[in-house]
Amino acid sequence: MTEMGRWRDIDKLLARPGNIISPGFEPSPQLREEIGGLVRVLVVGAGGLGCELLKDLALSGFKNIDVIDMDTIEVSNLNRQFLFRIHDVGKSKAEVAAKRVMERVSGVNITPHFCRIEDKDIEFYSDFNIIVLGLDSIEARSYINSVACSFLEYDPDDNPVPETIKPMVDGGTEGFKGHARVIVPGTTPCFECNIWLFPPQVKFPLCTLAETPRTAAHCIEYAHLIKWDEVHNGKTFDPDDPEHMQWVYSEALKRAELFGITGVTYSLTQGVVKNIIPAIASTNAIVSAACALEALKLVSGCSRTLSNYLTYNGLEGTHIKVTDFIRDKDCLVCGPGTLIELDSSVTLLQFMELLGKHPQLRLSKPSITHRGNNLYMQAPPVLEEMTRSNLQLPLFDLIDKVPKDTVHVSGTTEKNDKRTTCLRKLRVVFKDQVNGVTSMDTAGAN
Amino acid sequence: MEPGPNKNGSRSSSYKKNKSPLYSSSLDGLISHGLLNSWRAMIRLFKIKDQRKEEAANANGRAPAKKQSAGELRLHKDISELNLPKTTTIAFPNGKDDLMNFEISIRPDEGYYLGGTFTFTFQISASYPHEPPKVKCKTKVYHPNIDLEGNVCLNILREDWKPVLNINTVIYGLNLLFTQPNDEDPLNHEAAAVLHDNPRLFETNVRRAMAGGYVGNTYFTRCI
Ligand SMILES: [Zn+2]
Repeated sequence: MTEMGRWRDIDKLLARPGNIISPGFEPSPQLREEIGGLVRVLVVGAGGLGCELLKDLALSGFKNIDVIDMDTIEVSNLNRQFLFRIHDVGKSKAEVAAKRVMERVSGVNITPHFCRIEDKDIEFYSDFNIIVLGLDSIEARSYINSVACSFLEYDPDDNPVPETIKPMVDGGTEGFKGHARVIVPGTTPCFECNIWLFPPQVKFPLCTLAETPRTAAHCIEYAHLIKWDEVHNGKTFDPDDPEHMQWVYSEALKRAELFGITGVTYSLTQGVVKNIIPAIASTNAIVSAACALEALKLVSGCSRTLSNYLTYNGLEGTHIKVTDFIRDKDCLVCGPGTLIELDSSVTLLQFMELLGKHPQLRLSKPSITHRGNNLYMQAPPVLEEMTRSNLQLPLFDLIDKVPKDTVHVSGTTEKNDKRTTCLRKLRVVFKDQVNGVTSMDTAGAN
Repeated sequence: MEPGPNKNGSRSSSYKKNKSPLYSSSLDGLISHGLLNSWRAMIRLFKIKDQRKEEAANANGRAPAKKQSAGELRLHKDISELNLPKTTTIAFPNGKDDLMNFEISIRPDEGYYLGGTFTFTFQISASYPHEPPKVKCKTKVYHPNIDLEGNVCLNILREDWKPVLNINTVIYGLNLLFTQPNDEDPLNHEAAAVLHDNPRLFETNVRRAMAGGYVGNTYFTRCI
């Protein structure tokens, strides 16, 4: 394809006005080049969906792309992870995917990161203008979501501060079903706001696995959960280690033979242990296309974005539905929390008394935590004892002398004479330590 | 991952209907704030971001620390509300700031296991309470529902776990295993068979195991 031909359709979106554009969108023939030059995109995951995303984003005019994935290529990936070849087996997915897309799309620069998402510090993530997720686990989504939301700041009126918003586009597929969603922290629901969308993993009773296996999955879970510990004294099972997986597979096969059960295969073993439903190439392609388009819309304004959760089901015919989910206003991850202003001399004990009097909180018996440090625990007695000495120390000192930060508090509230337990997010601001913050409302803190 | 919303009608109350649901209305607020209203605004925004980053770096010379995961926070709430039965004690081997890994010890005050002390390790994942805690029995015990590797067959730890349950529920469930061992969900099927066929022999075996000794070919260390 010629260079001009390649961009013909994208340029139609970016260079021409339209009816459903974002307000203020200014079409321009240079827009694609500007986006390519300025926007940095992070793609999380270089598997089935990640391969599609890298290709689609590169072909949508994004030129500065990073991709992060800790996995290496396996033979069973090759049917759908189309950037990989048989001689790539064993190599890093991120590295090979980056190389292949750069070979095919001139001018794009893709930087691979062959590591766990947790290995990168928070600064790494702050460099990107938009994060696109092609993941297959709740844990990983939840992690990236918490990182992206941690950049979000609110003004004194509880409105998100625009330049702190890190938008995400999240894709996911499972067999013939998939979803694409736009997460603009502080504006649309974050991943944690409606985590209940994800049904919990099916867990078989251990005694069924041990005594009365009836299916291939039962045999696999027996080998994974019971037999592994019996044989490997204290060694933890690593689902990403092919040798471990092979061991579980062969043990499951033996057990299946013993009980006359058929259907145990290596890929089913992987699927059961990692809770993955076999991926379908066409689903990945469709979901990725939707995600790449949303990414382009978010950065260009050439169209209003999806609002905010698209589901695709290709099982019988093709069903596509868009649902406008609403935020959990008390979300601990993306919500504003309650603003509390106080003086840096206030001790933890005085702070706790303040929470009881605060008109919006009325929070008694508070236990307080700050970035993983438990400042005070009401229970159990062993933790109460360990944290009691903090009560007389200034809160400001306890949170490393940061002038504004978030603390979380568990306790009981009284509403309409009913006592309920609750968990709240508090935005603490030390007035005497913040320069130039004069417009803060006083939120009844003192 | 499973796209859930159309699977369960009862959830429909959580989302609102929109006249033209394909296009954003909720983003309009953001747009009027000037984040996405034009490409030029975006360019301005990126420049501000770079500036802010430099300022932040100069101000305290360190990157902002990561927030706690939602799972850690929910666990913090669970632990701060713990109301342990008098048979049970709790310990945090990694100190006050690691609530994700802890141990409880149960000293049953009635039943076959009266007088023994049984320690369980709890491992909580970041996706708690979406995922149940991982619980293992550290003390080797002759019990129909706990195998010799310490796996525990308790319904709320696996098939019946719900995010509304909490650490207290699990601790009460574990206590119940000692007052009401159950021969219908066996993990140690020899012990279950003995309990079913000959409760008196079962009692003798439990005593022998707790005192430190052999039951059949298996040696149990003393836990009284
Ligand atoms: Zn949220």
